Amino acid sequence: MAEYLILIYEDEKAYADADPGAWEQAMKAHDRFTEQVAEEGATIVAGKALQLTTTATSIRADVVTDGPFAETKEALGGYYVIEATDLDHALTVAKLCPAPAGGVEVRPVMVFE
Amino acid sequence: MSDQPPDVAAGGAGDDGHDPVGSAVADAYRREWAFVLAATARVTRDLDLAEECTADAFVAAVESWRRDGVPLSPGAWLTTTARRRGLDELRRRKTLRAKLPLLLEPVSEPEAVSANEGGVADDRLRLVFTCCHPALAREVQVALTLRLVCGLATADVARSFLVSEQTMAARVTRAKKKIAAARIPYRVPAAAELPERLDAVLTVVHLLFTAGHTAATGERLVCDDLVQRSLGLARTVAALMPDEREALALVGLILLTDARRSARVGADGTLVLLEDQDRSSWDTAAIDEGRALVRSALRGGRPGRFALQAAIAAVHAEAPRWNDTDWRQIVALYALLLGAWPTPVVALNRAVAVAMADGPQAGLDEIGRIQSSSSLAGYRYLPAARADLLRRLGRSTEAAQAYRDALALTADSAERRFLLARLAQVTGVP
Repeated sequence: MAEYLILIYEDEKAYADADPGAWEQAMKAHDRFTEQVAEEGATIVAGKALQLTTTATSIRADVVTDGPFAETKEALGGYYVIEATDLDHALTVAKLCPAPAGGVEVRPVMVFE
Repeated sequence: MSDQPPDVAAGGAGDDGHDPVGSAVADAYRREWAFVLAATARVTRDLDLAEECTADAFVAAVESWRRDGVPLSPGAWLTTTARRRGLDELRRRKTLRAKLPLLLEPVSEPEAVSANEGGVADDRLRLVFTCCHPALAREVQVALTLRLVCGLATADVARSFLVSEQTMAARVTRAKKKIAAARIPYRVPAAAELPERLDAVLTVVHLLFTAGHTAATGERLVCDDLVQRSLGLARTVAALMPDEREALALVGLILLTDARRSARVGADGTLVLLEDQDRSSWDTAAIDEGRALVRSALRGGRPGRFALQAAIAAVHAEAPRWNDTDWRQIVALYALLLGAWPTPVVALNRAVAVAMADGPQAGLDEIGRIQSSSSLAGYRYLPAARADLLRRLGRSTEAAQAYRDALALTADSAERRFLLARLAQVTGVP
């Protein structure tokens, strides 16, 4: 087994203007994802949703600035760390990860021995 | 690490064909490289190491076969030698082994693999599917396939794609690192993913063919070699996956297209259009084999894009003269192809066929629709096709402008010569 980070990139507008119903729907989608990961024989090691990039603070060479590190149309909004057998397995899981207003990036986690 | 075919001439009788051991090694290199590498990779579970051991085995073969004679089964000898080296190396690095990138097929799994879909168990297939994994960019898939499956030296891979050897070496190294670090599995995909994954493999093989076939300039030898290798690869995939009709179709498509090779470029290096080709110089054996493959590929179920392209090539091959071409049939096949593979390039080809069936104006109308609805800007065959239809309608000024547009986008010298000749014709300037 190996660890993979699933980064969820979405257009934040979809969430900035979301009503409670939409939030509830998103939460349900992620609950379902959690179940599906187990059904696929993979494990969720960690996972968090992040506040919007309007709340982000960046630091470059000790200079503190307001805003995310890189301004992009689709911003990092949450992540999962999963355990899977190989990249194909990780991709199968990542395809199930909800990201209706964007997509996900899969990165293998480096192992130091 | 050796990145070149073994220098079989070294210390031997040279290249004049009187060195049976040398030619046996060279022959084995051509036929068995992928097989030996793939079988070794399954043991070492590390592509880089497998590649190194495979290259070493070929070098060892030169000496050993000269001393003890060429073994009955060179492939088996090479595989055993490469695998033994791989295992020795793994043992030697045992303490480091945990740090080595692993290819993810557990050693204990061969039973599971032979029970795999339709008994597909050939190591070369795993190698091809690994090289053409969708997590790798297309250009990387092509480079890896040439380097690892075909055993082409990095310099030759680079030359085939007009990039520097350094760039190509970096590309291949990066790809091998990703395979290891991201754990791209070394296996033939499961049935559910197979259609999509096989399509990527066939696309790569077809790209290799196209690179060899369409390059009228450049080094002829390298191009012919690419054509041969792509045909060999297509045949291998089709033989290993006999139930996959698209794999059969690709062999057919390559045969039918390559059958026209000697008629395609004139003695002066000018491109000869299908219309003007000397059809008696087409390779009839290749055409017959290609047509039979197309028939099998079209049987049962909805035909895929390679079957449809091969069928179009077959319709051309069946016409004794250009004027005998069954254009209605070709338009119908392009319509199906557009459904299976909706790209602007296919739409343009369909428009050209429509022009042949219903006249240049009908074709121009089709091209107008494509121009307004898609992003073919920069695609040199669009103005070239327009220019030809305008020329046939006698609209010389517009045709001339379209030829100039096409020339501005064309680098290939044979194609430029052709366009310049046509431009001179419509402007009346010799």
